[in-house]
Amino acid sequence: MAEDIVLLADQVSRYFDVSRPWLQRTLAREPKQLLRAVDGISFRVARGSTLSLVGESGCGKSTVARLAVGLYTPSGGEIRFEGENISAARAQPDLRRRMNMIFQDPYASLNPRWRVRDIVAEPIRAFKLLSSNADINARVGALLTQVGLAPADGDKFPHEFSGGQRQRISIARALSSEPEFLVCDEPTSALDVSVQAQILNLMKDLQQRLGLTYLFISHNLSVVRHMSDRLGVMYLGRIVEIGPAGEIFANPRHPYTKLLLDAIPDLDMVGRARTPVGGEVPSPINPPPGCPFHPRCPLANARCKTEKPQVLRLDTVEVACHAAEEGRTTA
Amino acid sequence: MALLDVVDLVVEFPTRRGVLRALDGVSLSIDPGEVLGVVGESGAGKSLTGAAIIGLLEPPGRVASGQILLNGERIDTKTQEQMRPLRGKQIGAIFQDPLTTLNPLYSIGRQLVETMQTHMKLSDRDAQARAIKWLEDVGIPAAAQRIGAYPHQFSGGMRQRVVIALALCAEPKLVIADEPTTALDVSIQAQIITLLKRLTREHGTSVMLITHDMGVIAETADRVAVMYAGRLAEIGPVAEVVKHPAHPYTEGLMGSIPSLTHRVERLRQIDGSMPRLTAIPTGCAFNPRCDKVFDRCRTDRPGLLPSGQTQAACWLYAMEAANG
Repeated sequence: MAEDIVLLADQVSRYFDVSRPWLQRTLAREPKQLLRAVDGISFRVARGSTLSLVGESGCGKSTVARLAVGLYTPSGGEIRFEGENISAARAQPDLRRRMNMIFQDPYASLNPRWRVRDIVAEPIRAFKLLSSNADINARVGALLTQVGLAPADGDKFPHEFSGGQRQRISIARALSSEPEFLVCDEPTSALDVSVQAQILNLMKDLQQRLGLTYLFISHNLSVVRHMSDRLGVMYLGRIVEIGPAGEIFANPRHPYTKLLLDAIPDLDMVGRARTPVGGEVPSPINPPPGCPFHPRCPLANARCKTEKPQVLRLDTVEVACHAAEEGRTTA
Repeated sequence: MALLDVVDLVVEFPTRRGVLRALDGVSLSIDPGEVLGVVGESGAGKSLTGAAIIGLLEPPGRVASGQILLNGERIDTKTQEQMRPLRGKQIGAIFQDPLTTLNPLYSIGRQLVETMQTHMKLSDRDAQARAIKWLEDVGIPAAAQRIGAYPHQFSGGMRQRVVIALALCAEPKLVIADEPTTALDVSIQAQIITLLKRLTREHGTSVMLITHDMGVIAETADRVAVMYAGRLAEIGPVAEVVKHPAHPYTEGLMGSIPSLTHRVERLRQIDGSMPRLTAIPTGCAFNPRCDKVFDRCRTDRPGLLPSGQTQAACWLYAMEAANG
């Protein structure tokens, strides 16, 4: 298969030390406590496509976003961007230039004391892509036009813009270093639906026009359905199911994916009742043994409580579930 | 007779730069046992409508004109002192953030008991027993043991269950739920919505469900009111508004929501954004963004006009009515 892989994650983990301070820990004779935010996940993103990661709060999806652009270094495994390990990316400005990130909160991610022109020009200056101020200003003007703002908006400050417009500025900044790969961490979850539609349409247009590759992080399955080619579902730091988005939505194999799909209120649900699955996401500091989903899973048996399921390939989809492996899911 | 009647409600905020009209001529009613959904984008005035009804407008906001009637009795003219017995007993409230709704210094049991004893004649023992019953009803495991627990000992979803118990425990006739599930994850949101639906149906409570999530409304409400820039854009049965929206704004709003079942290449988008309160256009507030705009929209403000089973504040339907 001659797939052109832009980003490849191989058994990537990221642990955070959440122990108490050393002295207190030693006095109380406590062991170190590790939070396994991301625990051995693998995925790949093909050029020009969108891979989305979904999951609930605390499942580790934002940690993956940060790992993917090298903001965190993995505790284990490696991430390769165009074949090169990005842990060393600090030393390689050219590699870093080719990936960028769009953040969730357009109020916190833009410096309130900078003019929009300087915010958008920052990556150009940092990577020394253009030298003369006239060139930089022309480029910033073109970028602002590309995201649906006016070049004259460059003179304003972020507070003069609405949430949707600010997110357009974030996108312009992310595009200014001419990246091939964008990590979008919940880019629309702070926005109203009609504005969300504008931003999603813009992101799709840009992807087609510039051939961008997206890693799209969201908790909103309807948005993910709209945006992605491939989809990964995360639960407690692991990918429980990953495959072509259409296939997962049409035929979810993992019980957690089913739960998520059933839980979403949809416009077509008028007057229909549904059966919510009980329970809540356990703490990632002390995840349940075996399959982390077993306390909430309707299909859990003795094996699920003790043995960690491995990721298995079933047709086009990869699933980490004993029930799916044993064919117990067809209910 | 309707349980709640809001007639031509106008809420204004006097500021140094002039008076801001945050709600402008909102009329709606809720029948006993009915769930009315109120949707709109940030700043459309949905929460303000709820706050005006329970008399909790933040000063300097005030009801400038119009009426709010509960069981035929005007409540918008009541003083805070006169409103207090109504809150909890007649109108319950559920807010978005369960952590700020609950008092962190009191155990949840004490908060429930206090609420019930304020509004009902109950002995300590009866109140305690009822509190446990309520906690069981909202699905708190081991309710009898956890009644002495404090809010911080519960997770977000469990806290919201406690808030629902608090809102319903004095058996109000109307509950105003303002974004009750927005702070929660989807799987917990589904649990809370199902719970709210079941309990209000069992007790025959009317609900005004305020949310920006059309999906939640579609699944929960009987009727829905769509708000835009402090005005009602459309009101009608939920199936009708979702499937055959009459107002161009509602139509755009529905089209901009990505669907799980049918995938489209591009979402429908409404260009621009909602006007600020200082710069609401004359005529129909939606006219600069509307793709069906004509001359009259720019000069005259439309009232609610019937269109099929719903009512829409749109001049398109005046023509329809005139042409027969």
